[in-house]
Amino acid sequence: MEEKIAAVQMRDITKSFGKVVANDKVWLDIYRGEILALLGENGSGKTTLMNMLSGIYYPDEGQIFVDGKEVVIRSPKDAFSLGIGMIHQHFKLVDVLTAAENIVLGLKEPGKLDLAAASRRIRAICDAYGFEVDPDQKIYDMSVSQKQTVEIVKVLYRGADILILDEPTAVLTPQETDKLFAVLRNMRNDGKAIVIITHKMHEVEDLSDRVAVLRHGHFVGDMLTASTNAQEMTNMMVGHPVVLNIDRPEPVNSKPRLEVKNLTVRSIDGVLKLDDVSFVANSGEILGIAGISGCGQKELLEAIAGLQVVESGSITYLGDNGETEELIGKDPLQIADLGVSLSFVPEDRLGMGLVGSMDLADNMMLRSFRRSRSIFTDRKSPRTLAEQVVSDLEVSTPGISTPVRRLSGGNVQKVLVGREIASAPTVLLTAYAVRGLDINSSYTIYDLINQQKARGVAVVYVGEDLDVLLELCDKILVLCGGKVSGIIDGRGATKRKVGMMMTKLGGDSADE
Amino acid sequence: MNNQKVPLIHLTKRKALPWYAAFGIRAAAIVLALIVCALVTTLLTGENPLQIYATMFAGAFGTPRKLWILGQQIAILLCIALALTPAFKMKYWNLGGEGQVLIGGLAAAACMILLGKTLPNILLIPIMLAASVLAGAVWAVIPALFKAKWNTNETLFTLMMNYVATQLVAFFIIVWESPKGSGKIGIINQATEAGWLPIIGGQKYLLNILIVAVITALMYVYLKYTKHGYEISVVGESERTARYVGIKVEKVIVRTLILSGAICGAAGLMLVGGTDHTITTTIAGGRGFTAVMVAWLGKFNPLVMVLTSFLLVFLSRGASEISTKFGLNQSFGDILTGIILFFIIGSEFFITYKINFRKSAKKEAE
Repeated sequence: MEEKIAAVQMRDITKSFGKVVANDKVWLDIYRGEILALLGENGSGKTTLMNMLSGIYYPDEGQIFVDGKEVVIRSPKDAFSLGIGMIHQHFKLVDVLTAAENIVLGLKEPGKLDLAAASRRIRAICDAYGFEVDPDQKIYDMSVSQKQTVEIVKVLYRGADILILDEPTAVLTPQETDKLFAVLRNMRNDGKAIVIITHKMHEVEDLSDRVAVLRHGHFVGDMLTASTNAQEMTNMMVGHPVVLNIDRPEPVNSKPRLEVKNLTVRSIDGVLKLDDVSFVANSGEILGIAGISGCGQKELLEAIAGLQVVESGSITYLGDNGETEELIGKDPLQIADLGVSLSFVPEDRLGMGLVGSMDLADNMMLRSFRRSRSIFTDRKSPRTLAEQVVSDLEVSTPGISTPVRRLSGGNVQKVLVGREIASAPTVLLTAYAVRGLDINSSYTIYDLINQQKARGVAVVYVGEDLDVLLELCDKILVLCGGKVSGIIDGRGATKRKVGMMMTKLGGDSADE
Repeated sequence: MNNQKVPLIHLTKRKALPWYAAFGIRAAAIVLALIVCALVTTLLTGENPLQIYATMFAGAFGTPRKLWILGQQIAILLCIALALTPAFKMKYWNLGGEGQVLIGGLAAAACMILLGKTLPNILLIPIMLAASVLAGAVWAVIPALFKAKWNTNETLFTLMMNYVATQLVAFFIIVWESPKGSGKIGIINQATEAGWLPIIGGQKYLLNILIVAVITALMYVYLKYTKHGYEISVVGESERTARYVGIKVEKVIVRTLILSGAICGAAGLMLVGGTDHTITTTIAGGRGFTAVMVAWLGKFNPLVMVLTSFLLVFLSRGASEISTKFGLNQSFGDILTGIILFFIIGSEFFITYKINFRKSAKKEAE
């Protein structure tokens, strides 16, 4: 490998944020004609490292060489002029503009803006690599995967030949992921250097040529993908051996806990978000909810938690001794008091559920502060709870007085999930509980969910990773455009089947 | 290597700074501000800057009477700032402090004028208190209700309510003017002192100062240790989170603004019943707005706000003393105040961010 010259060499790169050292003397080589998977747990410094390459951060120490020449990257503009482009997790597109307008936005080309010529160039790029983009389509009309494609084309349009993708598959369906991978392979064969940050082992094995692993800001090593396996990579990431399968104990003593009947929900703009949804969630079972992002998962959970106005239908809570309670019409507090707990991890993680500027202890208090009768808040038990969550879930934080905003994404999620579980719920609604989490933390969360299942909690698990849904859930409800596409047994379901049901009501029956 | 291309400085956000370091930065800012003020003074007026500073101190602390006035002004400014603080913490921008103080003062004055002849002070003063607190609360709660129900912009609404309050006061001044035709209300109940707040310890301003001291302590506890205070912070930081945990956001907004307005109303009572014994349209004197600065500079911490209100009152008292003593224009005092505030507010930047100078020798990495 060493005989060809690396497109990018990063040497002794160090970056700290206050006392936290995000990258400590990291070495990394990126080659053309190769897909490099950058692996690491949450907070291991992958994104920080790539942000330094793309000019968002500036390293405290160390050197970066592009094609053997030392360079200084002070801004994303510098990065672009070196041919480095990054596709972020959150898209940076203007909704009301077309794809072509977004792509040329901010480019300083001499002369008059020629959108037609731009469109032609965009089409040429698309044809070369197999993208499907209509340059004249408005962004707001696009699906998540189309938006992502626009982001990639935008980077290519600017002449990037070193591409960095930060968790590109987090928002895609299996079919869309396959398409993306095909395109990435085309680009590799064209001699571009590609770095992909991901947590999903099977994607690494599928796609990459080489793997580099970071752990706690240190570079652990790199190797050819062909000569390693998921187990070895995981062990390198975590630093000790990890067992890589998800338990699915048989449900014990399960009975109906939550019955949703003919639920219909419209958004404020009158768009139909849930259409006649019915299902039963049993105690001691995990009900998985699969679907392309934005096809009603959020509304469904929020309707159950009392945060969403419902147009029609009923949501009934069935208690242990036969009593039933209608949840529609109750406020979130009353519903929470019944033991229905919602732990929703929104895309921005902090937007709902936690208060970013408050510390861990104060965030623990959000659920419990009304319990006592005193007008004063009880500060002691939230502190104890925070300490317990920190030690049980291995939250890495300087202390429980740190604002949660300062924690890395995975740790924020552990705090949220830990708090929700601490309230001893009878129904646990979780959405994207492992979104963006590394392997180790994800397994911690799966264990927690399984513990809740064993306790007899009815778990509703909205997930993105089909592999996990298929391994973890007892039943899987597939949503398609706000309708129930089908409810299937988790044992024996195939990824292909669920994928088909996600895109088409009932799936393609001729398919199986 | 190619060091000339390396940026000379770059900014990084600091993690929490130890309190003494933050304090040191602020102290350095004040010293720098005084040096710049001295330069400006010498250049513009030719006066000796040290003398000017001495005059500022004399203006603020020179005589016992000046000290009491300083205390009184700090008390009123701090009281209004304390009133605004819970609303601000909730990210509800109550710019209506001016109007809420005025309307509270008007209610107190009305009680003094209408009931002063019939009721003894022991009954009259509680009624005045109730009336002014209620008036202030009503004035603040009207925009709050609109905000809670229809999400109207509270900044504009509270600001407009100030003008309504000023005009109402102007109207009643004409109704109750005394002597007739003077266009103002003289000292109310000068002979009977009905509705005048009692003087304790022989000092006219002591009662107000004590009341505000108590309000400061209570507000500190309220914001930091009570459930209400906690709810206010949650609503301010993230309304969605608040709804998610079942906090009734509308209720918290209305409740907090009742409190905010009530304290402003009480400030009006202290001005009308405690010190001025009359009412004018300028009785609040812009303090409803200066209080915004007090609260922000004090980072909404009632204890720190004692210091910031002291600073602002000290600067304005000192500035007016300079302008009389040296025959300078009042604006000169304002220039100095502006320079000092610029440095103090600017120092917050250096507390939040760290400036990294590029090390000239990169060798140590190797």
